[in-house]
Amino acid sequence: MNDEMLGRITAAAGEEPVEVTEFRGDTTVVLSPSALLRVAECMRSELSFDLIIDVLGVDMYRPDKRYEVVYVLYSISRKAYLQLKIRIDEEHPEVPSVTSIWPGANWHEREVYDMFGITFTGHPDLRRLYMPEEFEYHPLRKDFPLMGVPDSLPLPRR
Amino acid sequence: MDQSQRTKILAALEDQDTTVTITDPLENEMVLNMGPQHPATHGVLRLLVRLDGETVMAVVPELGYLHRGYEKIAENSTYHEFIPHTDRLDYLSPLSNNVAYVLAVEKLAGLVIPPRAQYIRVLVCEMARIASHLVAVGSMAMDVGALTALLWTFREREKLLDIYDVLCGARFTTSYARIGGLQQDWTAQCTTMLNTFLGEFEQDLQEVYRLLSTNRIFVDRCENVGYCSPDDLIAWGVTGPLLRAAGVPRDLRRDRPYLVYDQLDFDVVTLPESDALARFYVRMGEMRESAKILRQALDLLPEGPIFAEDSKRVLPSKERIYTKMEELIHDFMLINLGIDPPVGEVYAGIESSKGELGFYIISDGTGHPWRMKIRSPSMVNISAMPMMLRGAMISDVVAIIGSVDPVMGEADK
Repeated sequence: MNDEMLGRITAAAGEEPVEVTEFRGDTTVVLSPSALLRVAECMRSELSFDLIIDVLGVDMYRPDKRYEVVYVLYSISRKAYLQLKIRIDEEHPEVPSVTSIWPGANWHEREVYDMFGITFTGHPDLRRLYMPEEFEYHPLRKDFPLMGVPDSLPLPRR
Repeated sequence: MDQSQRTKILAALEDQDTTVTITDPLENEMVLNMGPQHPATHGVLRLLVRLDGETVMAVVPELGYLHRGYEKIAENSTYHEFIPHTDRLDYLSPLSNNVAYVLAVEKLAGLVIPPRAQYIRVLVCEMARIASHLVAVGSMAMDVGALTALLWTFREREKLLDIYDVLCGARFTTSYARIGGLQQDWTAQCTTMLNTFLGEFEQDLQEVYRLLSTNRIFVDRCENVGYCSPDDLIAWGVTGPLLRAAGVPRDLRRDRPYLVYDQLDFDVVTLPESDALARFYVRMGEMRESAKILRQALDLLPEGPIFAEDSKRVLPSKERIYTKMEELIHDFMLINLGIDPPVGEVYAGIESSKGELGFYIISDGTGHPWRMKIRSPSMVNISAMPMMLRGAMISDVVAIIGSVDPVMGEADK
């Protein structure tokens, strides 16, 4: 993460705050959800982060900004990783979808929706990825029990 | 049918002006459900295929038939307890999954691994890559109708599984890596067995290569099948042999060297065609490169310890647990409470046989990860499959699935 990259990211974020953290050589840029699409577009077209490696949801289980969504990006020409992170509230877990920028985010966002119930606005096909469509819960939330909810999945009758 | 009716019909047929209309039930598009119980889908992959005649119009893959909730299990087990679960991700190359996972945990904990352990990890990763590619090549050939290649590649794979057996006592679910080290040291017997294997491997691989690359049926069924442009592959986040078969030389072993790959000499195999045949050639080439790496790593394998020096994080040896009080206490604490890495989050990925296998770990400072995400290459590769399948013939579907080489244990987590 050099100054030029940081400059471009802050320019793309505009008024919104940008916070950069480093840990063990991994750089994470924390953004507000409203700046996500602008920064993502800048990351791909100006900074050549062309490969989306992963999108993951996190349930921090705290009163304020309960969920986080992390985007792991890779640049083939720079040979470098970079993480984008946004924090969202429990009441309205909504994030703009980045599928228009990286089509490969499609299934990753479906997985986050499936596991955490975070909806991605503008996603072309927001269905559950692993769990059945009629399943009511979001299993990776911290308040979902490890052993599951009894009778939440219909089993075939004998 | 009586005589009068027959005369009537024959008269109608002889009459040139009579037209007979037959409604064709197949002139419309139809939806075919393929899998999850289909022998050519490599496990429980389910594809919904929309067909126009024999041409594939659209494909929707459905996952989740092998979903076991490993990320939830990881949050509820210590870092050591999760190692056996990594075997069950990509069950064709368990050793490299073990290494990928412990590399992420070691990055989080800040452990430095002694060189001998790093070289042994390179050895097992490359053995896993060969074992996995052998299955990929053999089963792809079987999918298009050549059974012999599968038997020959499985014969080679068997020799590698025998080495695993001597190395760690298991042929399939190895659980070989440990946080900060390895379960067992590499022995002289392993070196002998690996040297024997490498001595025969080039020639045996050449036999498979000659059998398939000059086989008219195999080449005709794979050439120009399943094309996907490099730009599309990058946009969909595809990595590994699929991306290299499209001419993009991305290989984490060379681009961001982990372990000791920067001290080893190997080539990144690429081909420009991006079809099923190119993927086959890339895998064959990568097996030769892996054999090259194995030879170098065997020559360079240094003597020394296989465990990092950090008694609060790394399991002590069994001998010392049984004879020393302090090690007994450490073992008890590490097994029951975990390694307590610092608060933070890391991502570490390796170049596994299917593509980039990564672990994103968020630690809250306790013995359990707060969140652990598995970045599985098979899932991403399957998500790009509809692009390869569109416009293909129904008979090409199995060839394309074989060339993508998905492993559902990994895709479904």
